[in-house]
Amino acid sequence: MTTLLIAEHDNASIKDATNKTLTAAAALGADVHVLVAGENAKAAADAAAKLAGVKKVLLADNAAYAHDLAEPLAALIVSLAPGYDAFVAPATSRFKNVMPRVAALLDVMQVSEIIKVVSPDTFERPIYAGNAIQTVKSKDAKKVITVRTSTFAAAGEGGSAPIENAAAAADPGLSSFLGEEVAKSDRPELTSAKIIVSGGRAMQSRENFAKYIEPLADKLGAGVGASRAAVDAGYAPNDWQVGQTGKVVAPELYVAIGISGAIQHLAGMKDSKVIVAINKDEDAPIFQVADYGLVADLYQAVPELTDALGKLGK
Amino acid sequence: MKVLVPVKRVVDFNVKVRVKSDGTGVELANVKMSMNPFDEIAVEEALRLKEAGKATEVVVVSIGPAQASETIRTGLAMGADRGILVKAEGNVEPLAVAKILKAVADAEKPGLIILGKQAIDDDSNQTGQMLAALLGWSQATFASKLEVEGSDFKVTREVDGGLQTVKLKGPAIVTTDLRLNEPRYASLPNIMKAKKKPIDDKNASDYGIDLTPHLEVLKTAEPPGRKGGVKVKDVAELVSKLKTEAGVL
Repeated sequence: MTTLLIAEHDNASIKDATNKTLTAAAALGADVHVLVAGENAKAAADAAAKLAGVKKVLLADNAAYAHDLAEPLAALIVSLAPGYDAFVAPATSRFKNVMPRVAALLDVMQVSEIIKVVSPDTFERPIYAGNAIQTVKSKDAKKVITVRTSTFAAAGEGGSAPIENAAAAADPGLSSFLGEEVAKSDRPELTSAKIIVSGGRAMQSRENFAKYIEPLADKLGAGVGASRAAVDAGYAPNDWQVGQTGKVVAPELYVAIGISGAIQHLAGMKDSKVIVAINKDEDAPIFQVADYGLVADLYQAVPELTDALGKLGK
Repeated sequence: MKVLVPVKRVVDFNVKVRVKSDGTGVELANVKMSMNPFDEIAVEEALRLKEAGKATEVVVVSIGPAQASETIRTGLAMGADRGILVKAEGNVEPLAVAKILKAVADAEKPGLIILGKQAIDDDSNQTGQMLAALLGWSQATFASKLEVEGSDFKVTREVDGGLQTVKLKGPAIVTTDLRLNEPRYASLPNIMKAKKKPIDDKNASDYGIDLTPHLEVLKTAEPPGRKGGVKVKDVAELVSKLKTEAGVL
């Protein structure tokens, strides 16, 4: 019995999502090997080898794995399948894309976005935007699982696993990478941020996000999020979206500004430890989940809050 | 080029679902059902390709109970040319859906299949990728832009860090994200016209595919509740509470 964890990384380092997924993978009770597939990804493999409890790291270093293309990465994982009983990956966009392809090639049903390992074959997962929690038992001999990382603690370091090279699988050659627009930001990533400041439709413009939300976020050392309404309106880029179909987050502090609180948004943030809502509509549903609600005009309250934090030495 | 668009009948996105008290599932009796919102985006995109002269025919297919024909009619009223209903009762998992869709695709030979990225009921986000695997086709999930280049496709995808653009060798699978387009409303004349459009009736058994679930649902429960907290009167009180009571500053 061995579990293969497929790592989220940027070739230079391992992403926090991998540490959290390791906690879920270890709960299956078997040895855990980690697959690092990328190009020039030795540094990421070295980092994976240091994770506590990892028995072996497989490094597949090949240009075919440079750009998250689903077809070659799925082929690689399937080529390793005979040695493993479970394939576990974080539910990031990379693995939401590739893991169901792996599952179909292995003729098994993926268990998507688990939030709890009940036993090695039984898991809890949210359905209906988190309005119900299903407990499912997989009858497949090989398990393919994606993990909702916001509900698992990050595994720490302390291991020194050997690193082996994994041979690249034949690239099906079905797709090719043309380009990407990746936002460069010094702010923490949403899925690992301790604090998140999010803006909604009430922000009214991209400029207002920059003028009100971002200074508050920077004062708090926070990541910046947005509701779907704000992203659809073009006030914020798509990678800021928090919700059922965006990113699911669970920071220590979530500050929702001008967000009404549609169930689809709540699905992405209601596991946050402390929720603050600032909205001028006192009946906004966001107040039903907020620990601290402030009914106020955000254009006054947010600069005031930013100032007050400045005075605290933030 | 023919475009195939699978659509799913789901609980309307405005309905707050209730878990049955016996833990066997969610309450579906007398609940408003609609086409999965991401599938509406898929239908819209296919129609736009047809209107731009890039697609010749748009076929919507649904797998589910007899009432799924209403979902197909919605697609036909939006402008799709014809429908295929594959009747299947009970819980049909994404893998089984993908197998049925493969059989439909083998018969229909589309140049492109557009699916919603996930259904808002089971939130699985699997069917498109599984179908691509079974057909051995290229895939681009979470599309926010789709361009046809001969028999190939250029797709911009919404990924965690931003946007990625890939080229797919056709035939291909594309799954839709929210920003791909804004679906049209069906006009009354088109709703009337849709009643005359053909829907081909099939049964899952016609394709000889085993629908036995691989995942056994042991129970369905309410999530742990979250109580609303307090309202603060001003920013000063908020900061004070966050600092002393919540301890997060």
